[in-house]
Amino acid sequence: MRLAPSEEQLAFADSLHAMLAAADLPKVSAAWADGDPGAGRALWSALAGAGVTGLLVPERWGGHDAGPVDLIVACEELGHHAVPGPLAESVAAVPALLTAAATAPNRPRDAAREWLPALARGRLVASLVAPPWLPFAADGDGADLILVTDGDEIRQGHARSVLPSLNPARRLSEVTPGALIASGQDSGLAMELGVLACSAQLLGAARALLERSVDYAKQRTQFGRPIGSFQAVRHQLADVAVAIEFAQPLLYAAAVALKPPPEPPERDPAAGRCVRPVTDEPLDVSAAKVACGEAARRAARVALQVHGAVGYTREHGLWRWLGLVRVLDLAWGTPSWHRARILTGLASEWRESGDHPAAAVRWEPAHPYRKEGFE
Amino acid sequence: MNLDLDGAAVRFRDEVRDWLAANVPAGPLPGVDTAEGNLAHRSWERRLAAAGLAAVGWPVEYGGRAAPPLHTLLFDEEYHAAGAPVRIGQNGLFLLAPTLLAHGTAEQCARILPPMARAEQVWAQAWSEPDAGSDLASLRSRARRVDGGWSLSGQKTWSSRAAVADRAFGLFRSTLGPDRHRGLTYLMVDLRAPGVTVRPIRQLDGGAGFAEIFLDDVFVPDADVIGEPGDGWRVAMSTAAHERGLSLRGPGRFTAAADRLVRLWLAAGAVSGPPKQPWQPAGRDRHGERVADAWIRARAYRMAAYASLARPVPPSATKLFWSELDVFLHETALDVLGPFAEADPEWPAGYLFALAGPIYAGTNEIQRDTLAQRVLGLPREPR
Repeated sequence: MRLAPSEEQLAFADSLHAMLAAADLPKVSAAWADGDPGAGRALWSALAGAGVTGLLVPERWGGHDAGPVDLIVACEELGHHAVPGPLAESVAAVPALLTAAATAPNRPRDAAREWLPALARGRLVASLVAPPWLPFAADGDGADLILVTDGDEIRQGHARSVLPSLNPARRLSEVTPGALIASGQDSGLAMELGVLACSAQLLGAARALLERSVDYAKQRTQFGRPIGSFQAVRHQLADVAVAIEFAQPLLYAAAVALKPPPEPPERDPAAGRCVRPVTDEPLDVSAAKVACGEAARRAARVALQVHGAVGYTREHGLWRWLGLVRVLDLAWGTPSWHRARILTGLASEWRESGDHPAAAVRWEPAHPYRKEGFE
Repeated sequence: MNLDLDGAAVRFRDEVRDWLAANVPAGPLPGVDTAEGNLAHRSWERRLAAAGLAAVGWPVEYGGRAAPPLHTLLFDEEYHAAGAPVRIGQNGLFLLAPTLLAHGTAEQCARILPPMARAEQVWAQAWSEPDAGSDLASLRSRARRVDGGWSLSGQKTWSSRAAVADRAFGLFRSTLGPDRHRGLTYLMVDLRAPGVTVRPIRQLDGGAGFAEIFLDDVFVPDADVIGEPGDGWRVAMSTAAHERGLSLRGPGRFTAAADRLVRLWLAAGAVSGPPKQPWQPAGRDRHGERVADAWIRARAYRMAAYASLARPVPPSATKLFWSELDVFLHETALDVLGPFAEADPEWPAGYLFALAGPIYAGTNEIQRDTLAQRVLGLPREPR
């Protein structure tokens, strides 16, 4: 039992933090927002060098075959620095989808070998359309590969028209599905990994927003004292800290839940049963998404309020997190969708346990890729 | 990173689960702060202690099992999931005991902890005073040096469990000086001693869970000072950390209540189909999202407890989180029940108890200030 990153994982996060702190992200983001991806692509290569883009790519295609825990450690730092680009797509879901496609019952082309090595090396940036979670391809106009997944099918997609996003550092593409890449595969885990990566970004963004707000509240004086000494300000910041403190363990639990089971399954000889009792994959992933989104939204709201008018300017830079947080909270399944999945999961648990009146549970489990969701 | 339980943890959890299944009383015991309930709860604690389950984390010589913190967490989860009785000894077990183990002498631990584990001695808190609540350092109850010990005078209030307790622990002013945080002494006092008057206070929920304690020249021997005389504030703050942190309110209480809430919501027919009760809207009702949030937050608290085994969680954050969660959870249950909530046998009591959470153990305003200052490093508010 250890629900915390290892020393190696903490060191990985520290090195990413140092690298991103030196990368002049405000400039990268501003250029990205203006449709000039040059600096962003250079940063992407640097992330590849640090091992980020190949985390979920199997070794035989040039990746690191790392797991969901390394993924959240990296994605939290990416969110912390508000790195622009289709990150949950390119770093998490797409490599997992392509890996799953390699063993799909029907696979007209060898997509994994075709794209995964370049994706791991940071030369290929991928985006994804997965209705209803992701109706548009984030930054699809600059992506080298767009996948469209709907149920058990993966197709290559082609960007049609570009739409502006609420987040100035992101553009959306409407996508036309093209040639079939694979079908009959289980895309579930890949999509869960996307949710997980998105949740980690949200938590990292929440931390950055709190840090910046605390720094500002220490420096900015009004009425002759730092605004951080006023209860009306400090109490809001305290609430943000609480939200972050209690979202993080859910993110960790979700990563643990998505880890492949130990091989062979760890069994306690005395008890004679598998000893992984406290995680529940879909429920923990959904809980993490809701909690990280909630923490990030609270952090964003308070950050803007604490900064006041200066936070509202493009020059200040708070915008990079404010826009990111709002769109990521709604992407990869809205909070309402994830709450509904939790309730559905709990309902079936009790139905299966037999101590619940079956008649009350007639809520069909939601399917991520079916339009009649719970929103 | 993993959430795996080792063999010892699994065996321990199963032992606790089996023992509770065989021993937890079928119906609720009488109210803990009534004369009858006092006896019933003490008798329950004796059975727990006989099974070696009263305080598994304590050293073996004081009645514990020297079990790792994970086992204390597992015990807490099983205890609440089994619907076992409220711990009449909780002030002693969860607040005084950690203080004694950290600051007390071996003699004090050996004398006080074993009877505490068997509920032969039930402890009350004596912190607040009529004019010293959130501003605890302004307390005025005096400890005057006398031969062989101290003489206590003054008034304490909101003393949890004092109506049925045998002894109390608290802070007393032993020297007067400009620094309010100095000159306070942490003392343990016998509530049956001459000069002590306990007056129970009827609470919002009808019970008398707390009381006023009047002290009129009450003698306390030197052996019942914890830490150094005058150093009580520092010692008390370590108790406060336990009170606000995970030791008083483990996750079991909240995860068990969240599970009950989800069941309530499902059984009320809120999921789909025609409403079972006329006050409920057809189909998915608007309480669903709140029910899910209550479950998510309870699970967050549980996972934070596991995470805290590797990295401590600030006690102020913990107290804010569980107290707000408890109110939210019970408010949601009442809303799901609608007008039937009023007469429900179970939820109103929990609701009224939850309402006290943001007030006791340091109000949530004090917690936010503490967190802002100690964790975020924000400047103090001028006082």
